[in-house]
Amino acid sequence: MLQTRLRPLPPAAYARCMAGIVRREGLRWVHQRGRFISALVRPLVWLAIFAAGFRFVLGVSIIPPYETYIPYEVYIAPGLIAMIELFNGMQSSLSMVYDREMGSMKTLMVSPFPRWFLLLSKLLAGVAVAVVQAYLFLGIAWFWEIEPPLIGYLAVLPALILSGLMLGALGLVMSSFIRQLENFAGVMNFVIFPMFFASSALYPLWRVKESSLFLWWVCQLNPFTSATELIRFALYGRVDWGSAAIVIGCTAAFMAAAVAGYDPGRGLMARKAGPE
Amino acid sequence: MPDSVLHEPAALEVEGLTHQFGPRRVLDGVGFRIRPGDFTVLLGQNGAGKTTLFALITRLYHAHQGGIAVFGQPFRADASAALARMGVVFQQPTLDLDLTVQQNLEYHAALHGMAGRTAAPRIRDELARVNLAERARDRVRLLSGGQKRRVELARALLHEPSLLLLDEPTAGLDMESRGFLLGHVRRLCRERGLAVLWATHLIDEAGEDAHVVVLHKGRVLAAGPVPAIVAQAGAQTLKDAFEHLTHAAN
Repeated sequence: MLQTRLRPLPPAAYARCMAGIVRREGLRWVHQRGRFISALVRPLVWLAIFAAGFRFVLGVSIIPPYETYIPYEVYIAPGLIAMIELFNGMQSSLSMVYDREMGSMKTLMVSPFPRWFLLLSKLLAGVAVAVVQAYLFLGIAWFWEIEPPLIGYLAVLPALILSGLMLGALGLVMSSFIRQLENFAGVMNFVIFPMFFASSALYPLWRVKESSLFLWWVCQLNPFTSATELIRFALYGRVDWGSAAIVIGCTAAFMAAAVAGYDPGRGLMARKAGPE
Repeated sequence: MPDSVLHEPAALEVEGLTHQFGPRRVLDGVGFRIRPGDFTVLLGQNGAGKTTLFALITRLYHAHQGGIAVFGQPFRADASAALARMGVVFQQPTLDLDLTVQQNLEYHAALHGMAGRTAAPRIRDELARVNLAERARDRVRLLSGGQKRRVELARALLHEPSLLLLDEPTAGLDMESRGFLLGHVRRLCRERGLAVLWATHLIDEAGEDAHVVVLHKGRVLAAGPVPAIVAQAGAQTLKDAFEHLTHAAN
């Protein structure tokens, strides 16, 4: 009996494992009230203060998917939803680094499931939390007259999942590179802010092009712009296929890098890890 | 060691394991075997390489050279099957402080693909065995250090492993908690035929009937039953034998 090989884990076991990881992430999110509240308040601050201040400074012409002139709040709402997902991706990454320092990452890594599956589950767990946050934001944003068509609320779901996967996978890659929590603040400054500001989240790119062609190219190449535009079009029941392709491509690339980063043989963990 | 013992199926077999971080070699040709039902103490001072050895056995990273087999299965060929039969208590606390005891154990059960209806009675039983059944709904943050360790032990046993690895499990615990943990694990060896690898630097945790692997500066200096190691070193006690062996190797 001792030398018999165990049967491969059945698909139902994979489903239970993934559900358990998603459930844990959800419980942690609810229990960490500070994280819960700040995730909701952050985009609302942008909407209530920043957008109010800038609505008369930044004129927005009619650009797709909008069919008429829109208030500035309406323009930045998709960017703020993408920001929720960006922060959530980085927050998941931060919690991975924290888990690694605190040891609880080891519990995940000694599970008999393949490592790529565990990372994918972790990623999906983060996305599930981000999607809930995005819908909560959309609910509150309704009071700011951000009222996309009803179909938009449904159509935005796949866009939220896709962009959440991309930003979460980016967070995973970063967590495999970052050795200590102390290094995280710097990375946040070098990733979150440039990604957010050099994108179409706060201003249409034609305005950026008017001031700097180079910056326009940077914004165009920034995958966060694609995530924002994917969400923006989906909110109005349309598909921006170009952005979707970029988001899918980046997700695959980031995920492959994350799996390599967490590989026990080749990965950065193996090279970085030190003895007791 | 008699031939008959060598040919018994090993719960864990480590052979020629070598690992280094940069230029520093932390494990050098480490080899030993543990049979089902054996309580084996991995004895070594801090920095001997115990935690690195645990990390390699649990696939946290790959060994540069050498092999690990769990119940006859080479680790590299099928790490998943090996990990499914392994329970681990790490040196660092690994419980989620914000979740309840029950939620932590449910999470572990899910990580092993256990269904809720299978996991629920197992959680109840294992918590009862470590006298913590009534704390199931409490957040882990509210438990004492000894209680957290007991939860970690219950968690490691949840999926009914055949091989249990514990890395310095009594570090920072009071005498009573240490005694409880040690007694509980030794009972599991006797009653369930569980193979145990217990890493420690505390020599008194290896009883007379234990097996010992002496690890020093990444090398195995001696391995076998306590009386055999004491005799081999020409000493009176395991403590003397350990000092003799490590002194000679310095």
